[in-house]
Amino acid sequence: MSNNPTTLEPGFRGVAADWSADKQAFPVPWGKAMMWIFLLSDTFIFTCFLTSYMNVRMSTLDTWPNPSEVFALTVAGQHIPLLLIAIMTMVLITSSGTMAMAVNFGYRRDRKRTALLMFATAALGLAFVGMQAFEWTKLIVEEGVRPWGNPMGAAQFGSAFFMITGFHGLHVSGGVVYLTVVAWRVLSGFYDRKGTYETVEIAGLYWHFVDLVWVFIFAFFYLW
Amino acid sequence: MAFVAIADRDHEHALHDPQSFIRKYIWSQDHKVIAIQYALVATAIGLVALVMSVLMRLQLGFPDTFNFIAPQEYYQYITMHGMIMVIYLLTALFLGGFGNYLIPLMLGSRDMVFPYLNMLSFWVYLLAVLVLVASFFVPGGPTGAGWTLYPPQAVLPGTPGASWGIICMLASLAIFIVAFTMGGLNYATTILQARCRGMTFMRMPLSIWGIFMATILGLLAFPALFVSAIMMALDAVVGTSFFMPAISSMGETTRYSGGSPLLFQHLFWFFGHPEVYIVALPAFGIVSDLLSTHARRNIFGYRMMVWAILAIGCLSFVVWAHHMYVSGMNPYFGFFFATTTLIIAVPTAIKVYNWVLTIWRGDVHLTVPMLFAIGFIFTFINGGLTGLFLGNVTVDVPLSGTYFVVAHFHMVMGLSPIMVVFGAIYHWYPKITGRMFDERLGKLHFWLTFVGAYCIFLPMHYLGILGVPRRYYGYPDAIQFIPPSVHEANQWISISAMIVAATQLVFLYNLIHSYFKGPVADGNPWRATTLEWQTPETPPKHGNWGKELPEVHRWAYDYSVPGAPQDFIPQNVPHSETTPAGREHGVPT
Repeated sequence: MSNNPTTLEPGFRGVAADWSADKQAFPVPWGKAMMWIFLLSDTFIFTCFLTSYMNVRMSTLDTWPNPSEVFALTVAGQHIPLLLIAIMTMVLITSSGTMAMAVNFGYRRDRKRTALLMFATAALGLAFVGMQAFEWTKLIVEEGVRPWGNPMGAAQFGSAFFMITGFHGLHVSGGVVYLTVVAWRVLSGFYDRKGTYETVEIAGLYWHFVDLVWVFIFAFFYLW
Repeated sequence: MAFVAIADRDHEHALHDPQSFIRKYIWSQDHKVIAIQYALVATAIGLVALVMSVLMRLQLGFPDTFNFIAPQEYYQYITMHGMIMVIYLLTALFLGGFGNYLIPLMLGSRDMVFPYLNMLSFWVYLLAVLVLVASFFVPGGPTGAGWTLYPPQAVLPGTPGASWGIICMLASLAIFIVAFTMGGLNYATTILQARCRGMTFMRMPLSIWGIFMATILGLLAFPALFVSAIMMALDAVVGTSFFMPAISSMGETTRYSGGSPLLFQHLFWFFGHPEVYIVALPAFGIVSDLLSTHARRNIFGYRMMVWAILAIGCLSFVVWAHHMYVSGMNPYFGFFFATTTLIIAVPTAIKVYNWVLTIWRGDVHLTVPMLFAIGFIFTFINGGLTGLFLGNVTVDVPLSGTYFVVAHFHMVMGLSPIMVVFGAIYHWYPKITGRMFDERLGKLHFWLTFVGAYCIFLPMHYLGILGVPRRYYGYPDAIQFIPPSVHEANQWISISAMIVAATQLVFLYNLIHSYFKGPVADGNPWRATTLEWQTPETPPKHGNWGKELPEVHRWAYDYSVPGAPQDFIPQNVPHSETTPAGREHGVPT
């Protein structure tokens, strides 16, 4: 019983009228709308980090260390560039897959499978953070990289690396806690009683975002 | 399952009124209480900044008279005055204060969509303020790097507060941004998703449009400040070189090398310029509503006003380097940023014309809020016109380091928003407290503030054109190009500043006294159309609307509609024979 004067017109005008109609702009729950806006804001944070990294990389006078050399591992006598990062990236992208499946089972109200897949996602995220810890340790202890300098070249290499991967790692760690809590609530039947599994999807949005950011960090920091 | 909008499920909401004092007024999740908490803290820290401006004026007007103001303290006052006024007072007051109070009430909602997060936002804001206040008590005192905190000097010895003060400042900013993000997500989601029945976007009062766009700007601009705060803190504490080039300080080579001080300026102003509009857009919106209500006329060109707000918001992201003309940049960049800067004048001018046309031939009631709103038009035109000077590279370069810039930005983003803040506080005071303020004291406050502010800032234009440098502690006779008239002007400015500062005590007295002793206010003393004046109780109770949410049938500006029984028709009055349809967007519906 709304007296909304807007009528559904075809084309762009119809879209605009629909979007600006009363009560709500998007037919989504509040939490989901808020998560999207938050992710937009967070995108600007990571964009500023990556742009700043590119800027200092261009402005520094020292040579930039070669990432494929720095991040190489020697396994069974073979020197393989970017091996660990490749595995980490694979793990994170796989976790996006399990997350998408969890959301799918959430739609179907499949309590056990949703929870299981979310725990799997959190475990993969934990594995990622663990490998990151290994990578940091190797850089600090074996290669002598510090935030304020390193033996290979420009000091900004270490500064940008620790800052950006650290900030991303914090996002992953926070996501692991977040996913675990939501998964626990799924398992306990909390969302069945509430009547909606929307929180699973909202957590999924966050997790996919963290993965997407990693793809950019991977491309700009490790491959460039 | 399709999601049911709040307006369609109000019967599900059992209202749990908080009972205990602590739940009601301290750990409150009610948007109205949170708004007042924000406003009180912002005002308190703003008074600190006001006192610092008086101290600065004491030094400039009467140099060598006050022993307790050394150059070091002077720079600390400048820095903290600027930072507090821009961020901790104006941003917090407009968005945390007015945003919180007005959004649910004007949109016909019961509260923000996530009240708990909203409460958290205030407490984190309070923490940011406490960290800021703590910087006054750390060794070396607060930072004196200037409110722009430019490196390398901000973190090098020799600048006041380079050891502890700057760290407190950066930490406080980062905490503030976390607080703002929690609040801002709430404001944006509430406006998008929780309006009442019939409240379409094009029926929202312009106050809400201004607050909405400012919130979006904040969510997209504060990240740049957050990132630069983290990077500068790393430079200062860990010894990284993001912003620090290889540099000698105090005769010694520092550990820094290869960083880019210009990078900080770009990040800072990518935040800093939208920040101007984070403060200005809510002021634009609120002043539109004040003018329309007190002139008893519909706002002129509502649609254009909305589009102007959106256009200003978008343009504000592509003008930032006009703050950096003197930092040195490719001439083509200067050309680009000068062009975009001047283009902003177009939507801004549309707004100014529309304000003037709104009150033209209106039934103008010179109430206290209206006086401040009209005062705003004056100060804003004044500050906006000097902006055209400074937006041009060739004019900006000689003026950039002078008092002309001080005059410009105090007019346009200090005085103008503050005029609106005063007008808005007087306007909504009866709704917030349920009491009327003292009209005579309010008018006294207006005239002394308005005339006094002109006495302060008009001579500064003159000083700027003479080439008097800003941020100087003093102008000894050895500086030959400064004529004696500058010293006289400085004395005049200082005396005016102290009178204006003292006048604010009248304002505070009026607010506090009227809260206890003022006459009881009617629910709609200004006979306004917007929803917050139609609440069943004044001040509105928890949940705002009693049992039933309101339903909106018309736009927010049906004043003096021909054939209507009164000279205003509230938004929730349905169309009928006695109350005509009104003139939504100037078109009879």
